[in-house]
Amino acid sequence: MLADNYISTGSKNRTWRRAAKGFVPFAYLSPTILLLAVLSLLPIAMVFNYSLMNNVIMEKNPTFVGIANYVKLISDRVFQQAILNTLYFTVMSVVFHLILGLTFAMLLNTKIISPGIRALFRVVYVLPWVFTATIIAVLWRLMLNPNGIVNYLLVWSDLVSGKIEWLSSKQVALHAVTFINIWAGYPFYMVSLLAGLQGIPDQLYEAGTIDGANKRQLFRYITLPQLKPIILSLAMLDFIWTMHQFTLIWMTTGGGPLRVTEMLSTFTYKLAFSSYKFSMASTSAFIILALSMFVALFYVRNQRASDE
Amino acid sequence: MNNVLSKSAKTGMARALVILALLLGAVYAGFPVLWMVASSFKSNTEIFAYPPTLITESFSFNAYQVVLTNPEKVRFFINSYLVSIWVTIFTLIVGTLAGYSFSRYDFFFKKPLNMLIISVQAVPPITLLIPYFSLIVTLKLYNTYAALVLTYMVFTLPYAIIMMTGYFNTLPKELDEAVMIDGGSRIIALWRVLVPISLPGIVATGIYTFMQAWNEFLFALTLTKTTEMRTVPVGIQMLMGQHSYEWNEMMAMSVLGCLPVLILYLFFQRYFMAGMTAGSVKG
Repeated sequence: MLADNYISTGSKNRTWRRAAKGFVPFAYLSPTILLLAVLSLLPIAMVFNYSLMNNVIMEKNPTFVGIANYVKLISDRVFQQAILNTLYFTVMSVVFHLILGLTFAMLLNTKIISPGIRALFRVVYVLPWVFTATIIAVLWRLMLNPNGIVNYLLVWSDLVSGKIEWLSSKQVALHAVTFINIWAGYPFYMVSLLAGLQGIPDQLYEAGTIDGANKRQLFRYITLPQLKPIILSLAMLDFIWTMHQFTLIWMTTGGGPLRVTEMLSTFTYKLAFSSYKFSMASTSAFIILALSMFVALFYVRNQRASDE
Repeated sequence: MNNVLSKSAKTGMARALVILALLLGAVYAGFPVLWMVASSFKSNTEIFAYPPTLITESFSFNAYQVVLTNPEKVRFFINSYLVSIWVTIFTLIVGTLAGYSFSRYDFFFKKPLNMLIISVQAVPPITLLIPYFSLIVTLKLYNTYAALVLTYMVFTLPYAIIMMTGYFNTLPKELDEAVMIDGGSRIIALWRVLVPISLPGIVATGIYTFMQAWNEFLFALTLTKTTEMRTVPVGIQMLMGQHSYEWNEMMAMSVLGCLPVLILYLFFQRYFMAGMTAGSVKG
């Protein structure tokens, strides 16, 4: 608005006007640019700067230590463990999100069930998605409590002999939090894949059937290739977001017991806000950023490929 | 004849199998939610009663009453609503302007700026948290709504811009030119013509933004301090840290905490699905 008024009331000089005109798109973008500069570029520069210093925030005059923090962190056992945990958590989540999301989307897309019933099931299936991570954490802590309903059902059906300490046992805690995250995240895939399935033209299947393809071949040679761009985008976005998951871990196990569920995010948070080692925390935070950007690079490339 | 019969038997079988699979899936997806709602109606002593039942004799709305008459907890909800609504309003205004610019102009720096906006979505919140902490303290915004609204926008804005750009791209340029020939300015074209037409896109973006803000936990945990500034997710966490576990109250608060999102989703399902495919997937 500012820019337009500016032009109409401003100088009649032609070149001046043209220059001002080139400025118009930036006027519309100025709040965005300002916000992103101050709240994303500047902080990233700050965090990188912190990671090269010693004892930032806590001390008035931090000293420059170069890459010493990086060297120290990479050889830290707990950090290495956090990387492995995050990798397991993320890969398993992405794989099972995709399997469940695709299965449910295909079930909801079958023509042999009436649309009314399918709509009803769709609402039920999407339920985990409307819950925030804090609520999901509380809910599953109730269900997975040693005296909770999950243990009761498992013992009752003779699947296990004794009560399992799902979230406080060294052996199962990591699998348990991964299971919770899988439950929480598949609807994102389901909704997108359902839309994708509905977008596949029927003629493709008709042509395939005429050519004598069976159901499995139709899936393998028509459904999957048609969904491939959506699947790739979903998986990459999910990979990045799952890698950043903090709330769910923080509220279920807090990274314990004995750090078996420690993720990069909880590790970094504790470094900063429990031990006040802001330089080390920044180093860890910057490594997470670098890993995320590496994955994002593939995402952007894939987006471009599908746009062209 | 025989062939026809076996064929209908076959579809009958297939249908039975699909329904069975659908039901199994519904138990997986829905049972935890059902259990949460059921637990919110129990008394706290019967939460882990053996054998467990869905509805106990102690069935009551007691937990809800406790939550809703506790001014501290009501405050969590007020805070969450205020922050989420402000974030949604600002994100939609800034995002619509930016989307308009991306859709209608060609300018120097357009591509790198677009790339930057896409990649901001991949920046880990934890990376920004440490500098935010010092920035917010320096700006004297620590423990204020402004701190949350500003920082949330970094994550809501990129999606909003991508969505709105996509939406405006589907509308012909002749539309705004027609308004300008009639003597209106570009901003009038945007406000009077493009905004009303793109209402479905704006609604979808707005809901998504609201949900993101409503669900945020990490920044709310770190950038606020006093109980009266806490939002619902942090409030639920605080309930967990307190003396004994009031499971029924936590469940009641969780049910109340997810209601706005559930209602938004059910009312605007159609918009939302369209938004999902247009925004998130196509990027």
